[in-house]
Amino acid sequence: MGAEKVNKNPKILVFSTEKISDPAIDMAGLLKLHYPPTVYTITVPCSSGIKPKWILRALEQGFDGVFIAADGTDCPYGESCVDKTGQLVGVTQEILKEKGMDPARLKMAAICSVCSEPFVKHVKSFTKYLMNSSN
Amino acid sequence: MKKKIGVYVCHCGGNISDYVDVEKVREEIEKDEGVFLAKTTMFACADSNQKDMVTDIAEKQLDGAVVASCSPKLHLLTFSAVAERAGLNKYNYIHANIREQASWAHSDDKVGATEKAIQIVKAAVAKVKRSNALEPIRVEATNAVAVVGAGVAGLRSAIELAESGSQVYLIEREFFVGGRVAQWDDLFVSNETGKELITRLYDKAMNHKNITLFTGAEIVENSGSVGNISLKVKVSPRHMKLNCDEGNLEKAIEVCPVEVPDKFNFNITTRKAIYHNFPGEYPQLPVIDMEHCTRCGECEKVCKNVDFSQQEEFLNIKVGSVLLATGYDPYEPKNDEFGYKTIDNVVTLPQFKRLVHYCDDKLVYKGKEVKNIAYIYCVGSRQVDGENKYCSRYCCTATIHAAITAKKKYKEIYNFHFNRGIRTYGKQEVLYDESSRMGDIYLQSFEDHPPVVSKVGDKTMVTIKDILTADKTLEVEADLVVLVTGMVPRQDNSIGSLLKVPKGRDNFFNEIHMKLRPVETVIDGVTIAGASQGPKNIMESMNSSLAAATKSFSLIAAGELALSPTIAKIDADNCEWCGKCDDACPFSALTKTDVNGKQVAVVNEAVCKGCGMCMPVCPSNAIELIGYTDDQIESMIDALVSTH
Ligand SMILES: Cc1cc2nc3c(=O)[nH]c(=O)nc-3n(C[C@H](O)[C@H](O)[C@H](O)COP(=O)(O)OP(=O)(O)OC[C@H]3O[C@@H](n4cnc5c(N)ncnc54)[C@H](O)[C@@H]3O)c2cc1C
Ligand code: SF4
Ligand code: SF4
Repeated sequence: MGAEKVNKNPKILVFSTEKISDPAIDMAGLLKLHYPPTVYTITVPCSSGIKPKWILRALEQGFDGVFIAADGTDCPYGESCVDKTGQLVGVTQEILKEKGMDPARLKMAAICSVCSEPFVKHVKSFTKYLMNSSN
Repeated sequence: MKKKIGVYVCHCGGNISDYVDVEKVREEIEKDEGVFLAKTTMFACADSNQKDMVTDIAEKQLDGAVVASCSPKLHLLTFSAVAERAGLNKYNYIHANIREQASWAHSDDKVGATEKAIQIVKAAVAKVKRSNALEPIRVEATNAVAVVGAGVAGLRSAIELAESGSQVYLIEREFFVGGRVAQWDDLFVSNETGKELITRLYDKAMNHKNITLFTGAEIVENSGSVGNISLKVKVSPRHMKLNCDEGNLEKAIEVCPVEVPDKFNFNITTRKAIYHNFPGEYPQLPVIDMEHCTRCGECEKVCKNVDFSQQEEFLNIKVGSVLLATGYDPYEPKNDEFGYKTIDNVVTLPQFKRLVHYCDDKLVYKGKEVKNIAYIYCVGSRQVDGENKYCSRYCCTATIHAAITAKKKYKEIYNFHFNRGIRTYGKQEVLYDESSRMGDIYLQSFEDHPPVVSKVGDKTMVTIKDILTADKTLEVEADLVVLVTGMVPRQDNSIGSLLKVPKGRDNFFNEIHMKLRPVETVIDGVTIAGASQGPKNIMESMNSSLAAATKSFSLIAAGELALSPTIAKIDADNCEWCGKCDDACPFSALTKTDVNGKQVAVVNEAVCKGCGMCMPVCPSNAIELIGYTDDQIESMIDALVSTH
């Protein structure tokens, strides 16, 4: 994205997971906990199965930030999810640095199946960060 | 790519259309070149709309369908069934959530919500364009189940499975069946003893031709996958010939010079190296504990049934499913936790239960008659600092029940319950009532001010700041302190790692979904029952063991299994076998194979869970997840950022 872009409404892509973070994001809607409508989700089975390639694609195509709503220790595929999600985030942030992009445009937090409020807090503060950082 | 896609945008009464301009969504999506028809509907899930969809799909020969409505958790299955009814493969149906994730989440911003809904539907259309018809993976299933653990849960599951028509291998690690319940005499809430319960279950199991029981047995190897699981079972010998002469046996036990703490009685008594737990335990054949036997040969001299030549055996069995019912251990208090092991009259609840069993007319511990008993609740449960945050469920009731039993059995027993709020839920509440009527005293504190056990001279004092009497400091001189220890996972739970069953935050085996799929695990074909899954009383253990038996049975009963086709796929041209995917896969679904002289990874279709953990680690991007291919995900990303 162009550096000169005035970033009033930064677009965020959330990678969420079918069994854990999706229910939390759905419940945020149910509870009408509002968050910016420029936050979109793509659902995957497990947060440790997200390819760095997809994240880069999102950032290069026009998303301002990517948020990984990770399974954390609740992952139905086992606890190794935590480390593996962490690793793929680390690897991708390295690539971003190499490309001269801000690694903080990729953010991750564990979102449990009832973590609706934390989710909303995260995407709101991430939106704020992206607004201020895009100069 | 698909060219005849049908899109249905739902009003959901007004739940969507009040906050999202559904007509605008429809108009925008209609412009997409792959979209053949786009409609709005008042209720997409209504019968009438489902019928319209079936007609559209069948008559117009649609090649893909999208419904933009509520969360897929509610209606994904509804609409993929509609697709199937119309002759469209269900994987050519894609769901778009514009209620929970658009209209409701942004009910404060109709323009924003509409804009987002349009992008969400576009992304769904982009995905369906790139979807393919898939068929379930079919594998043959063996109609046999390995039930691991012959406690109440395992015995009950085994009987249920056998009666349903499955072959059952009941594998018990100890030399006697019954698990923990065999250790308890009187039980809440009915009057049957633990031994009576186990006798009934054991007799029923042994009389069923479909059940084979192995004691002293453990699974040591596991391979294959649901429907076709191969297990290697190690069976240790009892060192006893099958027919046993009681008289000689008693003599053999008498002459054995080795005395060790008796685990069955939680070490408050001792036993010999040749032993049975109590007369009448099943199987009714003693065993020689080789860990402690010195091979002095004394028993052999008086009992000709002793047989030191028996060897360890390994058996290979094939089953379709494994049911884990390995139970729990009582929490072992730390040294000096409420005086445990440092003050001589502090015992645990399991020890107390055995003590009450052994003392006939007087309750005596370490030579001293007991009158005042102080019970300290929640030891090892509901911990503030420790790992065990959970409530162990059984213990409030078991303690009150044990207190009543002691009071009825012996004269002049005074019970003092130092609790953190009594949880005798359901029918068990009558026991609380009974004990209160009998004069038991209840003292209570919060978790931050637990009672203190201390030695004052030769007296053992329990002190509490009792919140029921406005924080008065109260003190009881106790002849016996009973620590109400909770339930923890089995210390040796290696069977869980062997079968790759995940553990929950409490370290017990974890189900797929606490409410909706409470006895299945993410390992297809492995179900869990009883206290192996978390604290449960007997009734709760029975409930889950019947559920697990039914689930295991229903998986394999048809002789064939249909598994989800959304799994990993290897591109053999790009794969250079580095083994990284194999390291990452938590289920060992990947193996090395030879394709035209080249070493590449191959996915075991019956084992792969479709988690995708193998994908990000592949250096040559040779792995894709069916249903989440690069093409699908990247086109969704593009659709979400596109401007229209
Ligand atoms: C002090 C106390 C009092 C209680 N009183 C009552 C009561 O009055 N009423 C009531 O309803 N409930 C009571 N309970 C609860 C009751 O004990 C449990 O509900 C019950 O034991 C659970 O049965 P289970 O079969 O799941 O587990 P367990 O009884 O633990 O049995 C599991 C079996 O699996 C075997 N095993 C373990 N690992 C392996 C392996 N790897 N391979 C093969 N076999 C293995 C074990 O040897 C054991 O035989 C009490 C519990 C305690 C601690
Ligand atoms: S059942 Fe009672 S004693 Fe046991 S952990 Fe729960 S509250 Fe504590
Ligand atoms: S998708 Fe998951 S289960 Fe399947 S091979 Fe990859 S890591 Fe293993």
